[in-house]
Amino acid sequence: MKKMLGTVWIYLVLLFLYAPILILTVYSFTNSAMIGQIRGFSLKNYKTLFTTPELLQMIFGTCILAVVVALLATFLGTIGAIGAFYSKKTTRGVIEFANQIPVVNADVVTGFSTCILMIAFFRIRKETFLPLVIGQTALCAPYVYLSVLPRLKQMDSQLYEAALDLGCTPFQALIKVILPQIVPGIVSGFMTAITLSLDDYFIATYTKPATFDTISTYVVNATRGSQTEIKTALWALSTIIFVVVTLVVVGMNYHTKQSEE
Amino acid sequence: MIKKELYKNWYGSGEMNKNLFSRKQLAVPYAIFLLLFVIIPLLVLIYFGFTDENGNISFANFIRFFGSGKTIGTLLYSIVIALFTTVFCLLLAYPAAFFLAKGNFGKKQAFIMMFVLPMWINFTLRITALKEILTLLEGNLAYHPFFNTILCMVYDFLPFMILPLYQALCKLDNSLIEAAFDLGASEFQVFYKVVLPLSVPGIISGVTMVFLPSMTNYVVLDMVYNSTYIMGSLIGSYFSSYDWNNGSVISVILLLMIGAVTLFSGRITKQEQAKRARVLK
Repeated sequence: MKKMLGTVWIYLVLLFLYAPILILTVYSFTNSAMIGQIRGFSLKNYKTLFTTPELLQMIFGTCILAVVVALLATFLGTIGAIGAFYSKKTTRGVIEFANQIPVVNADVVTGFSTCILMIAFFRIRKETFLPLVIGQTALCAPYVYLSVLPRLKQMDSQLYEAALDLGCTPFQALIKVILPQIVPGIVSGFMTAITLSLDDYFIATYTKPATFDTISTYVVNATRGSQTEIKTALWALSTIIFVVVTLVVVGMNYHTKQSEE
Repeated sequence: MIKKELYKNWYGSGEMNKNLFSRKQLAVPYAIFLLLFVIIPLLVLIYFGFTDENGNISFANFIRFFGSGKTIGTLLYSIVIALFTTVFCLLLAYPAAFFLAKGNFGKKQAFIMMFVLPMWINFTLRITALKEILTLLEGNLAYHPFFNTILCMVYDFLPFMILPLYQALCKLDNSLIEAAFDLGASEFQVFYKVVLPLSVPGIISGVTMVFLPSMTNYVVLDMVYNSTYIMGSLIGSYFSSYDWNNGSVISVILLLMIGAVTLFSGRITKQEQAKRARVLK
């Protein structure tokens, strides 16, 4: 009885989480402008999504931005974690404290403070994309740091010493001994950075060039407007993102399970 | 003798290598990055918060914030929204996390993956999906702005609550529950005296992950046509009017609150861990 209640509860919560996405997925394949209308099958929304220059620019812009930001954040976060791990306790403590700030801070505050520093103080133009890229990197790099650090703690520290004894230079030892062992941490940090950048609304609104839109800022603006065609094309975008995310998550889980075995 | 020379050389070259490159030095670029783009922005924020438009030091901005009923009302309203969101998230997530962690489910990993997966989908698109459903059910979203806001916030933040709860409950030793039953505790007592206290760290981390963002995430309000303001919306509106000083004041106030909550929750988690360490000895 109790077990059944638990099962029912779990399925109800899952229903709450997935029903909206799944219903939207179904309706993205019709030509109805509203949920609830029953119309025939149509790929109209997908056609609009892939033929409207404005939408395509927005999607590719967001993806390119995410990759650039994630690469920068992964590089910085990884070397930061390695450096801090082998530093003195106080140095490490200071870095760890600063690293924690973007993680616990509200995104609005992070975005606004980046905007103030770059735009109000240094007068860097938003059109250079610098404030946007740096702001998002400052948000993402700490998460990379946090996912690399546990791997460094697990690592056998004697391997590095052994490599040095066998004639490696410290740099070679870093590349050939330390790096391969922390790859899983780097990969999951990179993935986190990608999703954080894709999901970010606040840093983007405060620092993006006026003519550029990310998926988040575009969707929020589109809900204010009343262009039905754009609105339903975004349903198609949700469907595609949902499918891609599911595949990636299932794939990564499958991969880790296999490598564990 | 030769051996000694060799030794010296070996050490010597080692030191030279150390001078050329050491692992510690990798921390330098990251530390500079954090200083430039995390610490300094916050200092600039504080500077702007305590100056007026002409750059003179003044507390007028803070006085204006705490002296106006409108802004204090906004602060209280944000706290109310965040409280409702957090409580409903907890009520939905705790039983789910508990049954998943402690019930005998076959594919726990798959289930927890399903709970967490929505976290990776862009939140504006997810809110759009829920909004479409609500429009169908309610006709016009503007009729129930408060209810819709809470619902959308819960929908947005639920995965962030489930994950830490699940992790905390998984760590909970089953033998403690069995021992409590053996010693004659009723089901309610077991839950209230064993399970709940031991899952406090998970609750705390889930609550911080939901409470703080829901105080500032004004996009959800915007999207469901809730025309009231929370703390985040104030920053947004000052930003649109290029009012850096007042925007900074709100940010500084939020920073202080976030700092306080983080310190507080960190201390409680530490105390709980210490207590638990004592118990399990």
